[in-house]
Amino acid sequence: MAEVLRLEHVHAWYGESHILHGVNLTVNRGEVVTLLGRNGSGRTTTLKAIMGLTGRRSGSIVVDGKETVAWPTHRIAHLGLGYCPEERAIFSSLSVEENLLLPPRVGEGGMSVDEIYEMFPNLRERRRTAQGTKLSGGEQQMLAMARILRTGAHLLLLDEITEGLAPVIVQALGRVIVSLKARGFTIVLVEQNFRFAAPLADRFYVMEHGKIAETFSAPELESKTQMLHEYLGV
Amino acid sequence: MGEIFGVPTQVLFGQLLIGLINGSFYAMLSLGLAVIFGLLNIINFTHGAQYMMGAFAAYFLLNKLGLNYWWSLALAPIAVGATGVVVERLMLSRLYKLDHLYGLLLTFGLALVIQGVFRNEFGSTGLPYPMPSQLAGAKNLGFMFLPNYRAWVIVASLLVCTATWFVIERTKLGAYLRAATENPAMVQAFGVNVPRMITLTYGFGVALAGFAGVMAAPIYQVNPLMGADIIIVVFAVVVIGGMGSIMGAILTGFGLGVVEGLTKVFYPEATNTVIFVIMGIVLLIRPQGLFGSR
Repeated sequence: MAEVLRLEHVHAWYGESHILHGVNLTVNRGEVVTLLGRNGSGRTTTLKAIMGLTGRRSGSIVVDGKETVAWPTHRIAHLGLGYCPEERAIFSSLSVEENLLLPPRVGEGGMSVDEIYEMFPNLRERRRTAQGTKLSGGEQQMLAMARILRTGAHLLLLDEITEGLAPVIVQALGRVIVSLKARGFTIVLVEQNFRFAAPLADRFYVMEHGKIAETFSAPELESKTQMLHEYLGV
Repeated sequence: MGEIFGVPTQVLFGQLLIGLINGSFYAMLSLGLAVIFGLLNIINFTHGAQYMMGAFAAYFLLNKLGLNYWWSLALAPIAVGATGVVVERLMLSRLYKLDHLYGLLLTFGLALVIQGVFRNEFGSTGLPYPMPSQLAGAKNLGFMFLPNYRAWVIVASLLVCTATWFVIERTKLGAYLRAATENPAMVQAFGVNVPRMITLTYGFGVALAGFAGVMAAPIYQVNPLMGADIIIVVFAVVVIGGMGSIMGAILTGFGLGVVEGLTKVFYPEATNTVIFVIMGIVLLIRPQGLFGSR
């Protein structure tokens, strides 16, 4: 499988705080890779470092064969990356439809608005809503994901998409991930909800203290339960 | 001649017209300030000096290059906006991660330097700038004489303000600007070159000030202190309208111009203070401004 993303010895800082201490990971085309770990282990910062949203970064971050560690964020995005942040970042000054249509194209293809509404029927009903932030938490999460699917991004970085959502919404998001994988999207998923991530991912990275502590593939999951219990307390 | 509330209609409408003209300048200048504050979070105290530079640019274009008012209306905003781009790239861009106060101090200091240089070079008596011949004269409306140039100022200001509002509120570019005002990092993560957008936005806001300066040149004289005189009132307008509110800046600009004009008719002693009294009341009752959001 072709490699889409490779991180080697990645360090990242927020101001004086050294958060990532040499992260190494790879993601292949069409894979769903999950970053597991406790709060503060560096999973969100890893996604932000890939997007160039941390302060200082060092090491190597290669996207589709291109070294991006010195690139500005907007240039990295145009390699076909779609980022869905933990806080969802729905814009309150924009309507639901404006939020959906805001991101510019960063790659070929991309889902049509009709396809997106088919995947997220709630958004079709709420598209005239004047403020994106008037949506429920689940609808905002769907909007945050939907808006990057339109852009032609092929590598999706999804940060804690199930956080604070009702079980029925979490199940719906699980079906969306399965559907996106079937469409050929490559997905890096940061998840605290192990039960959500377990059936979706092809491979897992476990992070602790700003670096990768363990890595294993889906077939190995059962044999790693004890180890995960120790790292995650699940 | 008729009267309204004991005031001759010609006097009343005359002051209303002056209020609308002042309001036109308040609206154009506060609009620029609102656009800049919205995206850059910079309280641009240089705005008055940049308005003055617009008037001086028109003066230079006429006296050094022989280019008339209409050329100045197109070229002076571009020239003044370009100086804004340089200021943003060289100075303001270093301050975004610091407290508002640093931007305020830098732009205030810059305004003093620019005004000082112009005053040193041209004195403070003011230089004449001729009215464009096409707009000379006045029309008799029956109840008052309406000078053509002053009517043009009001119409042009309305057009510029409406066009700016339309771009910001109804276009994709405006959606980027509004989104970047809330969360610039996220907009950049979508692939939008936000630093360049910030530079161009500041340049546009400054160009608006330059445009207002050209419009003002034939009415007021071209004077190094013309910006210092108006900028404090314009800041009061922005505070009343709501910092960063585009529609607030436009409506409050025109509205307060009219209020000021009417005050001159009914209670002239309060003409210079009425806007600040309104600002005080608004700050007490609705600190985010009439059109601002918390």
